Amino acid sequence: MATTTDTLPVDPLPAGRPRRLSEGARPPGSITDRLFRWLALLAGLLVLAILALIAISTTGKALPWFRDQGLFHAVFADDWDPAKGHLGAGALLYGTLLVGVIAMVFAVPISVGIALFVTEVCPRFARRPIIYVIDLLAAIPSVVFGLWMLNSFSQPTLRDAYNWISDATSGVPILKDLTASPAQNGLSYMTAGLVVGVMVTPIVTSLVREVFATCPPAQKEAALALGATRWEMIRGAVFPHSRSGIVAASMIGLGRALGETIAVALVVGGSPNLSEKLFGSGQTMAGIIPNEFGEASGTHRAALIGLGVVLFVVTIAVGMVARAVVAHADRRKGIR
Amino acid sequence: MSTVVSAPTPPRRSILEPSRGVRARKARNLVATVLIAVCLAIATVPLVLVMVFVVGKGGSVFGWDFLSSDIPVFDRLSGGGMGPAVVGTLVITGTATLMSVPLGILGGIYLNEYGGTRTLARVVRFMAEVMTGVPSVVMGLFIYTVWVLHFKEQTGFAGALALGALMLPIVIRTTDEILRLVPNELREGSFALGSRKVRTIRTVVLPHAMPGIVSGSLLAVARAAGETAPLLFTIGITSKPNWNPFSGTNTTLSAQIFRNAASPFPAALERGYGAALALVLLVFLFTALARVVTAIYSRRASAA
Repeated sequence: MATTTDTLPVDPLPAGRPRRLSEGARPPGSITDRLFRWLALLAGLLVLAILALIAISTTGKALPWFRDQGLFHAVFADDWDPAKGHLGAGALLYGTLLVGVIAMVFAVPISVGIALFVTEVCPRFARRPIIYVIDLLAAIPSVVFGLWMLNSFSQPTLRDAYNWISDATSGVPILKDLTASPAQNGLSYMTAGLVVGVMVTPIVTSLVREVFATCPPAQKEAALALGATRWEMIRGAVFPHSRSGIVAASMIGLGRALGETIAVALVVGGSPNLSEKLFGSGQTMAGIIPNEFGEASGTHRAALIGLGVVLFVVTIAVGMVARAVVAHADRRKGIR
Repeated sequence: MSTVVSAPTPPRRSILEPSRGVRARKARNLVATVLIAVCLAIATVPLVLVMVFVVGKGGSVFGWDFLSSDIPVFDRLSGGGMGPAVVGTLVITGTATLMSVPLGILGGIYLNEYGGTRTLARVVRFMAEVMTGVPSVVMGLFIYTVWVLHFKEQTGFAGALALGALMLPIVIRTTDEILRLVPNELREGSFALGSRKVRTIRTVVLPHAMPGIVSGSLLAVARAAGETAPLLFTIGITSKPNWNPFSGTNTTLSAQIFRNAASPFPAALERGYGAALALVLLVFLFTALARVVTAIYSRRASAA
């Protein structure tokens, strides 16, 4: 045994890593390669880190509000009155949902219409210019929309329209309650909803447009070959294919509408109010933050940050459900 | 076909003859088409109204003096301009871009070139999409809690951090999508020539995708430049130009519009209108630049 080892001259293994072809040096570029890979990974992980940090830091600063009022009371009670230390956000939640719903009622049908016009109706050469025009609408900053609605002739026009509708429906059982007592200056849930509707229309349009574009041409052609008119083709081939996509696009739009801040802060009227209806002055969770943050302190400030937390949770949830709907629809289509 | 249609009342109606049903269907089609076109018309109304409003109201004060003079210390004073706000918008948006665009491109490269369909990459991609929907005011509150409260100072840099957090997922998503369009043959060709991954990405993938990434980043910049909510709690206010993002309070066009929008003083309101015109011009400039880049790119692509 001992002799065999003696007769075979074997280099002693180096203590560290085994030798390579290039005499210990790494092949050129391997370090940059690894370094870059890590950098890229870190940049990707930054998204998760920021989201986690948002959740932790804002919740931490909002704790006094949740503790002071109790979680349920803080979010759902209708008694926002910072001067008296009452900080229940029920009316703000109501306002946020109401503005969101109004915005979607206007934005979704119009977005679907524009998307149909671009994908099915208009000649090919007109598509791009139309898309550019709609995207310009998306480029206008929120604060400019607010400035416009607050100071242009549109606001008195809307006020008169509200008064007229309110008078006209004063005899109709359910409508009467919805349209009662329009705000004197026209700044109301409806005004905010309209402005937000205009702002989310481009987003919903582009998402719906993408959905329509994925509709298989064979199905559309089959419908036309059977003698369907364009509208029948749209109803029979495009809509059934796009239903889940439209739902998802609407939800993503709703997420944006719920978080819209500056324009709403300027045109919603400014008073949290659960009793007001469509044309009444109100306030939303997002809109109240810039309006009251400056002069807020202590629990009041914690409450405003807490409203941000609630918004964050709601929009993340809405966004996740919407993306899940898309993913589900994609998977179903993939199997078919 | 016309002969069949105009045949003298056959005993059994031909299916090609426009019956009442067909006419109703055609009418319904017409109504639907008109309604679809009306949707587009309705959407352009606010665009036109806002543009007319901004140009009409802001045009009277707008000019080089307006863009370069200081903001009067008291709102009721007339004259002055929005110089500090222009400076602030450029400095803060620029700083945000310098931070978020490189990181966003790196993140997009991770998603498409390294992550692919791995679980981690899927999660990051999903969360980046969700993050684009996080309200901008939440980003402002976030930076307020982790940065402003910690350093006890409102600075342009804090605002840039908030805007950067807003831009990051947009840039990541655009980069990811553009990189997916780069044909795999290009990468394989580069690998076959012995290039490593970094070299392939740097010399083959990125140049091919650059126009798309630039265009997407410009759109992200346009969006960030118009944001107000993330800046309200992070940058403070000033009436003198502040080129230094790291110290002292700052202001932006958007913040000045918000401050003056409901001002009782006509002069302040006037400055708000002028700032709105400046901001809209700036945002449209970036949007148009993005379009130009895309157009050049697609022309080159179709020529190739």
